[in-house]
Amino acid sequence: MDGNSNWDRKLIFFFEFENTIGGSKVTINVMTSGEVTKKVYNREELFILDVRNQSDFQDWKIEGANFSYLNIPYFELLDGVEEILGEIPADKNILVTCAKEGSSVMVAEMLSEAGLNVFYLEGGMKAWSEHLEPVKIADLTDGGQIYQFVRIGKGCLSYMVVSNGEAALIDATRMTDVYIDFAKRIGATIKHVFDTHLHADHISGGRSIAQKTGATYWLPPKDATEVTFKYSPLEDGNDVSIGHTTIQIQALYSPGHTIGSTSFVVDQKFLLSGDILFVDSIGRPDLAGKAEDWVSDLRETLYSRYKELSGELIVLPAHFMIIDELNEDGSVSEKLGTLFEKNHGLNIADESKFRSLVTENLPPQPNAYQEIRETNMGKINPDIDKQREMEIGPNRCAVR
Amino acid sequence: MENVKANEVLDAKGLACPMPIVKTKKVMNNLEAGQVLEVQATDRGSKADMKAWAESTGHQFLGTIEDGGVLKHYLRKASSDESIEKKHPDVVKNEELEQRLGEDVTILDVRESAEYAFTHIPGAISIPLGELEERIGELSKEKNIYVICRTGNRSDLACQLLGKNGFSQVINVVPGMSQWTGTVTGIES
Repeated sequence: MDGNSNWDRKLIFFFEFENTIGGSKVTINVMTSGEVTKKVYNREELFILDVRNQSDFQDWKIEGANFSYLNIPYFELLDGVEEILGEIPADKNILVTCAKEGSSVMVAEMLSEAGLNVFYLEGGMKAWSEHLEPVKIADLTDGGQIYQFVRIGKGCLSYMVVSNGEAALIDATRMTDVYIDFAKRIGATIKHVFDTHLHADHISGGRSIAQKTGATYWLPPKDATEVTFKYSPLEDGNDVSIGHTTIQIQALYSPGHTIGSTSFVVDQKFLLSGDILFVDSIGRPDLAGKAEDWVSDLRETLYSRYKELSGELIVLPAHFMIIDELNEDGSVSEKLGTLFEKNHGLNIADESKFRSLVTENLPPQPNAYQEIRETNMGKINPDIDKQREMEIGPNRCAVR
Repeated sequence: MENVKANEVLDAKGLACPMPIVKTKKVMNNLEAGQVLEVQATDRGSKADMKAWAESTGHQFLGTIEDGGVLKHYLRKASSDESIEKKHPDVVKNEELEQRLGEDVTILDVRESAEYAFTHIPGAISIPLGELEERIGELSKEKNIYVICRTGNRSDLACQLLGKNGFSQVINVVPGMSQWTGTVTGIES
């Protein structure tokens, strides 16, 4: 981004503030979502003054192992920040956050005038929700790579498999430019785009990326009965190869989160488990309204189909729920064998107990999940602002 | 769509947070207690914030109507009449009125029309307190009139006014709509 024009915009914004701020220039610092992500990964300390309203803060916030918080809505600070100065530590980095940046700039400016050195979050929680951090998971057998794109704010994980100048994407988000630019930078052409299932928590970028790049868009047909566009049906046993020496992407039918949910085994080493199995939880079967019907599918997938696979496979899920699931390098992965030992959802011997875990006392559903499903089916086409609003909050696709 | 009346309209369209609330606060300062402000905004985040701001400042958030991409928020400035001693002797509780809803009674809602528009008892007549004197002819002296507002104060004043004008069967309903648990109708329901 052009730093100067951005700063000018800030100043213009402030001169519009009339009575609230005296109009004098003080330094306020910007922190980007990428910089906050590094602090999450490095387990740094950060004091977050979140000036959104209380219900938004309680619903969803920036999580970090050593982050501490104060939530005071910006509209309670319009007359000044004196009352909260005592609650802000002098020895920590301070980040002011709000929904879209404007209010955090206002509060950061007031705090700066009061003598504090503070940052505001560029683009606010909107940018935080959209930030993707690419992490290399591993080199593949013949020189290819597999990357995980961590959507740190919302807990969504998507993947790029690269081999000999060709790339495949799995569960891409609607921030399509990130993937397209990344592929360009590493000199790869996107050939295949997959969705493991019809997503309910976020808007898929799969179809749009396929349109922009000429790639083939694959969807499991059982999840696609209502879609309004053409796609390639992804079925059990489909093998897709990329690169001249072929990285195998092997589709494995694994219903339970949705009836069509499909996993992938990549390069015989990685199990992309979609929303069926996570590192510290399992997929919930209720988001398409069929919890009771799909419980036995979910159990069959987790306790039989996955059980038959090699315990050495590295599980790469489509979500994480809590930052404790992040590895030191920021990636999210674990050996299947380890999950069979440690993941509570894989260790419920009693079938009726399993049934009640995944059908009763479920967490709240993802924000706007019905509209998100309809968007992913192509039935509705909300504008970008509406899409952002629909995706606000955590992913909520798991039960623990 | 129901016509919701406001004393003042603030155009905050195209403004991003925090400006809709910064401007609302300013306009609100200049309103008289009990008056209704309509804020037109396009920032979708303004919906939750406007409500939370009103609650934290004691103003009354009436509701939001979405009209072709524009959010119209309705707020009523905190009124000072909350602590006035009620003078009208005939009083019933909300629950007693609820039991008589099937009978041939008149329910007179004297809140501002914007408050009424968002939520009211089915069949209630709306005459804001400020208009009652000139519209008193719309009411019949032959029937029991149950007068209701939000907390029982405006309805108390309305009862006194009706009494002075020869209405003898006038009853104040307390505490009023703020605690009403029976059926309601309006924009919100």
